[in-house]
This record gives sequence, C-alpha cells and structure tokens, in this order.
Amino acid sequence: MNCKATRELLPAHLDQELSVAETIAIEQHLQGCPECQRELAEQGELKNAIRKHATYHAAPADLEARIRAALPQPTPPKRAQWWTSNLRWLNVGAVFATMFALAWSTILYLSVPSADELLADEVISGHVRSLMVNHIADVPSSDQHTVKPWFNGKLDFSPTVTDFTAEGFPLVGGRLDYLDRQPVAALVYRHRLHLINVYQWPAASEQTSAVRTLSRQGYHLVHWVSNGMVHWVVSDLDPRDLISLVRMLQAQGTQPGVSPSGSG
Amino acid sequence: MTDPTMAKHFQDVVLPHLHAAYNLARWLSRSDHDAEDIVQEAYLRAFRFFDGFHGGDARPWLLAIVRNAAYTWLRQNRAHELSTQFDEEFHSLPEHGAVEGPERADNNPETILARREGKRLLDEALEKLPLAFREVLVLRELEDLSYREIARVADIPIGTVMSRLARARKLLGECLKQQEPCDEL
Repeated sequence: MNCKATRELLPAHLDQELSVAETIAIEQHLQGCPECQRELAEQGELKNAIRKHATYHAAPADLEARIRAALPQPTPPKRAQWWTSNLRWLNVGAVFATMFALAWSTILYLSVPSADELLADEVISGHVRSLMVNHIADVPSSDQHTVKPWFNGKLDFSPTVTDFTAEGFPLVGGRLDYLDRQPVAALVYRHRLHLINVYQWPAASEQTSAVRTLSRQGYHLVHWVSNGMVHWVVSDLDPRDLISLVRMLQAQGTQPGVSPSGSG
Repeated sequence: MTDPTMAKHFQDVVLPHLHAAYNLARWLSRSDHDAEDIVQEAYLRAFRFFDGFHGGDARPWLLAIVRNAAYTWLRQNRAHELSTQFDEEFHSLPEHGAVEGPERADNNPETILARREGKRLLDEALEKLPLAFREVLVLRELEDLSYREIARVADIPIGTVMSRLARARKLLGECLKQQEPCDEL
C-alpha cells in the first residue's frame, strides 16, 4: 500500500471501520512511513479532542415530560390490559416452549441407539468378519458331538449344539467369538449357499425375551433370550428360512414350556 | 398491537434515546429552543412510524427521524443554510493552512484545547462547519455510530460517510489551528 492509498483509508482506520486485510496492509505501510504515522497521530488527536471536549447537549429536564404528554397515554386500566394480554401470550409461549422441549428430548431419546442396536452392529461385524477372513469355524465339523466338547475349557458355559442336516441346515462348525464384551460361542450353519452364524452366551439375568428381528445392511438378525442364554442369529438368508431355523433352535433339547414367542 | 400497548412499547424503546435526539437536533439547528421543537416533532413522527420499526437498536432509527425533522425545520426557517451548496472538493482548504509565528510548533488540537478557551473554540469551530460535515462528525464522535449507521441516518452511501468524515476533520483541524472561530465556510 502506498501513501496515497493509506491517506485515503486513514480516517476509516482511525474509526476501526476497515477489514482485517486492509488493516494489516495499512499497519504494514505505517511501520515504514513516518509521514503517514504523523498524519495518523494528528487525526487521532483531533478525533480524541472532539470526543473529549465537544459539548454533548443533554435534553432539558422537562422535555421528556412534554413529549410524554404529547404522546397517546397508556392509561391505567389499559395498562392492566397490556399486562394480561402479555401474560396470555407468555402462557402461550410457555406452552409452545414446553412442547418443543418435549419433542426435542423425544427426538434425542429416539436417536440414541439402544443397546440392542449397538449389539446388532457388533453381531453383523462378527458375521461379516467370519466370512471375510475365511475363518468361519475353529472346529469344522457337522458332528454336534465333536463341536460341543470343543468349547469345553474355552468358555465358562456349554452351548447347545444340534445338527439340522435333515432339516436342510447342516452344521458347519463352531468358533469362538467376542461380543457384548465377553467371549461367546458361534455356531455356523449352512442353508444352500448361505452361511448362518448363531451366537450364544449366558444372559445377565434370568429374564427371557421374545424373538425380535432386525434388518441391517442386507443382513437379517433374530435374537431372543431363553434358558438363561442370549441367542443372536445373523445371515443374509431369506428371513422366512431364517425363522424356520430359529424355530428349530428354540425347540432343540429344551425343557417343555419354552416356545417360540413370535417375531416382532 | 393496540394503541395503549404501542404507546407503552414506544415509551420503553424510544424515549431512552431522548438525549441523543436532542444532541443531534441541537448541533444541527445550533439553537436550544429550536432543538426542543425539532425533538418534539421528531418524537411525534417516530410514534406515527413506530409500526415500521422492526426491532434492533432504536437509536439510529430515531436519529434518522430527528435528522429529517431538523432538515424540514431548517428548510422552513433557515432555507439559506441548506441552500449553501458545497461539494467536498470546493471545500478543501487552501494549503497555507496554519498561522505563521512562534505558536506554530504546538498548534495541535490537544494543545489548543488545553488552553482556557479551548472547549469554546472547539464547539464554535464545530458549529461553523457546513451542515453535511457537522452532522457526520456529531454522529461519529458524539453519538459513536458506525459508518453503516451514519449512512442510514444521513441517507448517504458508506463511501461518502468516509470521505465526508475525512474532509470534516480536515476542515475542523485547520479551523482550530487558526485559533479563532472560522468564518462560515
């Protein structure tokens, strides 16, 4: 920036009305230009002098009263009306504010993923990983009497293992996996070309829960709690076929009284 | 809004700026008595136009009305002041500027104003400035309005605000250096 441009912008610089870029440019010029510095100082002094010494004419004391008298009066009864009408609007405003807050917290509540949803993500990840790394089974066997003992010493519970070859769901094998912050048993079944992971682990409480289904990213998930065990079944299989496997799993070697509770 | 509701709202929002209104009217009219008339008229107008006030700072809004009222008043009573045409170039001062003599070294505004008559000299110099320069200086330095607000109040582009302020300061500075009230410029 040269002297001419600087001089033109000095007043606005003094009034702090310049953009950041202009201010930087002008400061740079000022650093190397005593003449412009002098000019700035002079203008600044005058500016301060006006602010400090020029008379600020305050209105005469009675002027406000005269103006009030000339304006339409907010009379006392009407003043009361003003209050009530404002209170009424305050109420309406409060109601709207409450409704808004309620709706907002509901939205927030609903948008927080539930424990089941988080777990569903884990289950899908486990399923996908098992297919990806060609590590579908630690113990590849369709013999339930081979698979079940294999878990001994690896888990602190004994998973139920049944082969459903006759029903079209041959057991492929068993695997250890890690879900919900604990080691779990993963049983792998095949139906035609589809693989199905069946996860089992002990439930935290004795409570049983009905069968619930979820669909995510093209995978179908079915989960329930029975006999103190949490079950998650995941596959890209047709949901109807998957449900038929679930029925068999629920019926396997169980005590009477545990029956499928429907899908939701 | 009902009339009494509006009256109350108006009193709450606009009346607090009475001193600013009076200060501007006083500097534009240069007369206590006329300033009171102008301010009263401005307040009545402001009340009539209050529907058009959509919140924000009421002070620049009111000052624009005060300015208009002052100009109307000047047109009716002192038309010659308004008819004094000027342009920013015409009013640039001759280069000789300050007086000759030993005082020349310390004739900066602060030094001058430190003297006994300083404040009166400054007021007189400011009053002698042409209306268009006087008003931007008053709005900027006494009312502390931003360029944007001044542009709205004085109904001029922001660029003009800047150039008028520059010219106004220059004129005032030269005036003060002569250490006596400038003649009507």
